[in-house]
Amino acid sequence: MSHDIADATATETRPAARAHTLQAPPSVIAVQGLTKRYASGFEALKRIDLDIQRGEIFALLGPNGAGKTTLISIICGLVNASDGQVRVNGHDIVTDYRAAREQIGLVPQELTSDAFATVWNTVSFSRGLFGKRADSAHIERVLRSLSLWDKRRNKMITLSGGMKRRVLIAKALAHEPQILFLDEPTAGVDVELRRDMWDVVRSLRDQGVTVILTTHYIEEAEEMADRIGVINDGEIVLVEEKAALMRQLGRKRLRLDLQAPLAAIPETLAHYPLSLAEDGHVLVYTYAASSDEHSTPASISALLNDIEAAGVRFKDLHTEQSSLEEIFVNLVRKDA
Amino acid sequence: MNFRAVGTIYHFELARAWRTLLQSLVSPVISTSLYFVVFGAAIGSRIQEVEGVSYGAFIVPGLVMLMLLTQSVSNASFGIFFPKFTGTIYEVLSAPVSYLEIVLGYVGAAATKSLILGLIILVTASFFVPLRIDHPLWMLLFLALTAITFSLLGFIIGIWAEGFEKLQIVPLLIITPLTFLGGSFYSIDMLPPVWQTVTLFNPVVYLVSGFRWSFYGISDVSVGASLLMILVFLGLCLALIGWIFKTGYNIKP
Repeated sequence: MSHDIADATATETRPAARAHTLQAPPSVIAVQGLTKRYASGFEALKRIDLDIQRGEIFALLGPNGAGKTTLISIICGLVNASDGQVRVNGHDIVTDYRAAREQIGLVPQELTSDAFATVWNTVSFSRGLFGKRADSAHIERVLRSLSLWDKRRNKMITLSGGMKRRVLIAKALAHEPQILFLDEPTAGVDVELRRDMWDVVRSLRDQGVTVILTTHYIEEAEEMADRIGVINDGEIVLVEEKAALMRQLGRKRLRLDLQAPLAAIPETLAHYPLSLAEDGHVLVYTYAASSDEHSTPASISALLNDIEAAGVRFKDLHTEQSSLEEIFVNLVRKDA
Repeated sequence: MNFRAVGTIYHFELARAWRTLLQSLVSPVISTSLYFVVFGAAIGSRIQEVEGVSYGAFIVPGLVMLMLLTQSVSNASFGIFFPKFTGTIYEVLSAPVSYLEIVLGYVGAAATKSLILGLIILVTASFFVPLRIDHPLWMLLFLALTAITFSLLGFIIGIWAEGFEKLQIVPLLIITPLTFLGGSFYSIDMLPPVWQTVTLFNPVVYLVSGFRWSFYGISDVSVGASLLMILVFLGLCLALIGWIFKTGYNIKP
């Protein structure tokens, strides 16, 4: 993807995101001017503004060290903010921390656990810690939904990494939170388990739980999220509906495998955005994916006619759509 | 007040003690018994009575204090260091609990454990030497205050320590020497005059002296001084913990 797309992103989507927050339903989490400066002077977060809407799955994307975990840690109470404000359902996370934290469940990135406690005990501990009355029926439901019921008497130390991750999710759900933070939920998890995890998250959303997940697996955001926020270098670079994001930024490519390699693009085709790849064996036509733009279907048939007329023969053709990954890489690279 | 959270931390910590029953209770009891065999029976039989109390009985309060201090510090420091070390502290920090509740849960559990241990050691001691307790309520008060104060100190050490070495260093280099030199095994009257004065700067002297007074009515310093000393130390520890949570020192960046 070229730089103009990234530029378009920067100029077009930011106001769009802002407009969104104006007319949006009351946000479940409202972050305003959040800044984190460490004693070393390093600024991990730079005046972050962010609104999370009730019931959505929000994916926070960003490279390592972008500030994803710091942002989550401040909202959840693990790190003190240097400046700014966070409200959870209207409750300030500092002055009204009890009401704010009661609604939040956190699944941390690191697989931390009390090695010698059993699954049942460690999950029950979490519920008690949040001040909720013991409820073995609820714990049982949570454990069953995460396929942990058979393991309830096992000590944490005997569990595999994937199982430990499930237990951490169970712990976060033990007190019936309305908001769930998942910090890199599928890091180091095999494909099957990842799919299971996605199902769990979706069913939580169906129950009305707001889910905020950080990831650097683009696939995950693409698969799960309703909205996507990109954070880079301590700043929110973009917040957008996933579908709109794909529509606005997605580009399609038509690849033609040529019968004979071309040294250069014929002059009759020069007005098309064409390029040659693989030593002239492949002709690539790049166009916007959204159907509302004039360039698409009509121009493809015109292009194919012109190619035919230019005497270029091809043996196969296929299209591909740019993924979030490309969008993301371009955003981050541009801002770097 | 989130009493349920306090109770949850408290019970979870005590459950850890039950899981590690051998090292939590049995080993201190065995090591105390060894002290009685060596100091009480073997050496003690050659030492005269101290202020009318047989040497074996004389050292009981000091030994209980020695165990109480070291166990309070190590229980409490480990109790908070371990979740910090493994990372499970995230959960406590993200829960709707106040700092006071965190301290109550962790320090309460540590103090309870060392209190139980102190009583077990007393019972053990009664098998070896004739035990007399003149002021049982004062004895319990000293026991409880010391357990709480040194569990608070342990909590501070657990927050301060970034590794296992630091966790060991305070009990090893400060608590144990101060206890040994604090009149656990002797009356400070037995020391040369200069050392008697030096010893008065050792806070443990006041603890042991007050505690011994509750048993036999004999003391190196006045009971009031002992009580004052432990309350001052308690206040210091509470102030330090208040500062830790206010600044987030080593726990919440």
